[in-house]
Amino acid sequence: MANNTVFSIEDFNLWYGSNQALYKIDLQVPRNQITAVIGPSGCGKSTLLKTLNRMNDLVSGVNIAGTIKYNDQDIFNKKNMVEELRTQVGMVFQKPNPFPKSIYDNVAYGPRIHGIKKKKVLDEIVEKSLKDAAIWDEVKDRLNQNAFGLSGGQQQRLCIARCLAIEPDVILMDEPTSALDPISTLKVEELIKELKNKYTIVIVTHNMQQAARISNKTAFMLNGELVEFSDTDTLFSTPRDKRTEDYITGRFG
Amino acid sequence: MVGREQFHAELEKMKTMVIDLAEGAKEQLSRSVEALYNGDLEATNNILEDDKVLDQKEMDINEAVILLIAREQPVASDLRRLIIALKISTDLERMADHAKNIAKSIQHLGENHGINIHEKLSDMKEIAIRMIDLSIKSYKHEDMTIARKLAELDDQLDKLYGEVTKELLEETATNPQSIQHIMQMAYCARYIERFGDHATNIGENVLYLIKGKSIDLNA
Repeated sequence: MANNTVFSIEDFNLWYGSNQALYKIDLQVPRNQITAVIGPSGCGKSTLLKTLNRMNDLVSGVNIAGTIKYNDQDIFNKKNMVEELRTQVGMVFQKPNPFPKSIYDNVAYGPRIHGIKKKKVLDEIVEKSLKDAAIWDEVKDRLNQNAFGLSGGQQQRLCIARCLAIEPDVILMDEPTSALDPISTLKVEELIKELKNKYTIVIVTHNMQQAARISNKTAFMLNGELVEFSDTDTLFSTPRDKRTEDYITGRFG
Repeated sequence: MVGREQFHAELEKMKTMVIDLAEGAKEQLSRSVEALYNGDLEATNNILEDDKVLDQKEMDINEAVILLIAREQPVASDLRRLIIALKISTDLERMADHAKNIAKSIQHLGENHGINIHEKLSDMKEIAIRMIDLSIKSYKHEDMTIARKLAELDDQLDKLYGEVTKELLEETATNPQSIQHIMQMAYCARYIERFGDHATNIGENVLYLIKGKSIDLNA
């Protein structure tokens, strides 16, 4: 596998019980780029995203076939610990989900679990993570206040900071701005674009314009299949597949 | 899932606006060349007046396109459809300007210029009209095969233009006292020739719409 590929998905299939949700997916997720996954509801895009850090392990009745390699390691190999994978592959969800704790403790939570106890080290991690998540200036004077007091957009950036605090390699984002107002959405989008310098980002979004604005690569999925995976500029200007053209121009139905 | 039917209906409406402008530009060419042969000064005033109407139609198209882009954030072929509507309407407006220029030349020639209007100008006009018809047909039906015929017609038009200018140049030698009038006629030939270039541009825009990349029809 080329060094600039983070995830290599090969002939991957997934079933929920007897229902097949993903069909023969082949996809190479490039390092330090933003890969967007678009497609109508139920096309399998969130399923694919959750598979990348094995969140689907938690769902009963899931069966898989095919391989997904993360940095050359088969993520389903019994020898590889799922906790290890999730340390490397963080996730940000649709609705901001801060813990009912202070802003500081939200960000320090992961590092503490990983055994970091020194206050000075934790302070540094918290400040760096909040800065990287572009929220430091807004919260630096109230780090001990409850995270629930923040606005939705701030809570989402706090969740991104919490994700950054454990220094992941990849960040998965499942509709990270769908619960946010337009200004908060733009702030989070700007943040995502900056984060790609240090992280690999895979984002599932219903907002096609968002995918067009922020991503380098776009995958279009339909009925559990990957229809097209191209440079974002190409996919939104001259898509190869008629189904992609029909979807992005709203000629579906 | 429901498609974007209203948006696509608006795209169709915009297309009819462009076609309407094209019909107007074509009509102006016919009228101006007819007035040239008839020395009809009265008709020139009407042509100049009607040009303002066409200018307004072009502005209406611009406005409609900008609104649709802002409101609908179109992508892929829909975006190209809007962009080429802008560019085609510019070409059509320029065509109408050339008809206006012919009308002005007729006014400069005045009533008793005493020279024969070259018969090949009428032939040139016929080709230009055919080219406008073809370009608009290719736009209307998004048909590449029609667009490709334009290059051939444009070559014919250019050839005729070359012959006309050569003959007019010779006439200036034998008929020096009419130089100013002959010059006006040469201008008119040039204006008609420009119609062909704009029609070719329209064809190229249709190719761009379909192919998603620029193609030079004269290459």
